[in-house]
Amino acid sequence: MPSVMLRKREDGKLLFYIAKKDLEETIESLEFDSPDRWGGEVVLGDGSKYYFEPMDTPPKIPMTLQAKRLSE
Amino acid sequence: MAAMTREETEALIQEVLEVYPEKAKADRAKHLAINDQSLEKSNKCITSNRKSLPGVMTIRGCAYAGSKGVVWGPIKDMIHISHGPVGCGQYSRAGRRNYYVGTTGVNTFGTMNFTSDFTEKDIVFGGDKKLAKCIDEIELLFPLNKGISIQSECPIGLIGDDIEAVSKVKNKEHNKTIVPVRCEGFRGVSQSLGHHIANDAIRDWVLENRDGDESFPTTPYDVAVIGDYNIGGDAWASRTLLEEMGLRVVAQWSGDGTIAEIEKTPKVKLNLIHCYRSMNYIARHMEEKYNIPWIEYNFFGPTKIAESLRRIAAHFDDTIKEGAERVIKRYEAEYEAVIAKYKPRLEGKRVMLYIGGLRPRHVIGAYEDLGMEVVGTGYEFGHNDDYDRTIKEMGNATLLYDDVTGYEFEEFVKRVQPDLVGSGIKEKYIFQKMGVPFRQMHSWDYSGPYHGYDGFAIFARDMDMTINNPCWKSFKAPWKTEATESEPVKAVA
Repeated sequence: MPSVMLRKREDGKLLFYIAKKDLEETIESLEFDSPDRWGGEVVLGDGSKYYFEPMDTPPKIPMTLQAKRLSE
Repeated sequence: MAAMTREETEALIQEVLEVYPEKAKADRAKHLAINDQSLEKSNKCITSNRKSLPGVMTIRGCAYAGSKGVVWGPIKDMIHISHGPVGCGQYSRAGRRNYYVGTTGVNTFGTMNFTSDFTEKDIVFGGDKKLAKCIDEIELLFPLNKGISIQSECPIGLIGDDIEAVSKVKNKEHNKTIVPVRCEGFRGVSQSLGHHIANDAIRDWVLENRDGDESFPTTPYDVAVIGDYNIGGDAWASRTLLEEMGLRVVAQWSGDGTIAEIEKTPKVKLNLIHCYRSMNYIARHMEEKYNIPWIEYNFFGPTKIAESLRRIAAHFDDTIKEGAERVIKRYEAEYEAVIAKYKPRLEGKRVMLYIGGLRPRHVIGAYEDLGMEVVGTGYEFGHNDDYDRTIKEMGNATLLYDDVTGYEFEEFVKRVQPDLVGSGIKEKYIFQKMGVPFRQMHSWDYSGPYHGYDGFAIFARDMDMTINNPCWKSFKAPWKTEATESEPVKAVA
């Protein structure tokens, strides 16, 4: 369960950063991304997949969240 | 020598790797790469931030070096105790030339060495009592200090001293910020983890000191310069540009910086990161906790300076945007003159770099402004995100080497035959003896500043006087010169 720091890049894309792994990737797709539901499966720029526990309201970015790594 | 093709570079890497045993070869191969600008991510071509191989010469430092030497050391009005045996502090004392203003020993302590000087007794019975005594002595002898940081050396972690407890007790007693930093040298693979630990210590012990205190008057143009260590006055040369364009620099992290500036940083509007590697952690933290955006900038060479000034200005209103244009315009004649003078003397010269965590990519623009070409670069302790940012800066088919070993670096230089090598003091004399002009790019070879427009003039002059120094022509002994050259002399005799 790595802690993931989420921040917005200048062009509006979400960046997914895990300090321990030096992983800084853009988020390509997010399963739920609406005002009443946020989270689920995320696909990163390098193709790896992580999972955020779905939330009722979108988080205030920048923020650190726990994510689960999904195996392919 | 013309630029190398991809195949030639590949062959060179293979040839250099040839001497290693099978296992070492496989490991080192991952750290050497040929730059390919089409790649978006560096992890496809290079591995970094891994443990150095036993038996090879690495140029890296330790976590203590990263914390005490880089991040904490330059904070001038604090006293940094090198807690442990005397050597670590003494041999690194004032070596980094972080300039500051103040009266050393009275209200600033940058070039002094404070150590708890561990002996056998302290290792056996624990050193906490001695540390407490040290802090009391410091308070007595240097009452104008604004805080104390305890920089752990290896034995502290090994014997399990509780420096946090001592800090808390003494903090209450003296009512001063006392920061225990767990930066024992054995942690991590290089100084890079020391930077991270130091950032975390600032986050935990200093940054929130003035939360809820709104007495500091702010303006919409407050910025903090983060990751500029004022080597040879770099931060001053950067600061003038920012102030000229209308911004107010509230804090300098940490060259010529004070603890009060650091405590005020959460009140700024934008964090400007120069050394991404050593200070991105705190910038990310401030973005999350205080909602302060941060951007990276680069003040080496006029092209990059103009680009950075405009990018910084884009975060502010029109007065700052006009300010940026005004600054660029004001210095235009000055830097054009520098380029006009030095470019003809330096055009086409090839440079190989091997530096710490930021300059391997940041100085490329400055060399290019002078018509020079960087043909190889590498980081001592960079991570993948540093290489991601390097790929686009470097030309295609140029060499990238991570945590290069002494042997590899020598072989690369022998084969690539650059006109200049830029690295540190440990490499300097090897290459000078090989007859290759050399500049120290950590300490600017006791020159500087190199940041900003003023720094660019000094940078250009220094590169010229190194490369075009007449001494490089006298490298061959007169009796070893070609026979044909000595022929006419004989005839005269």
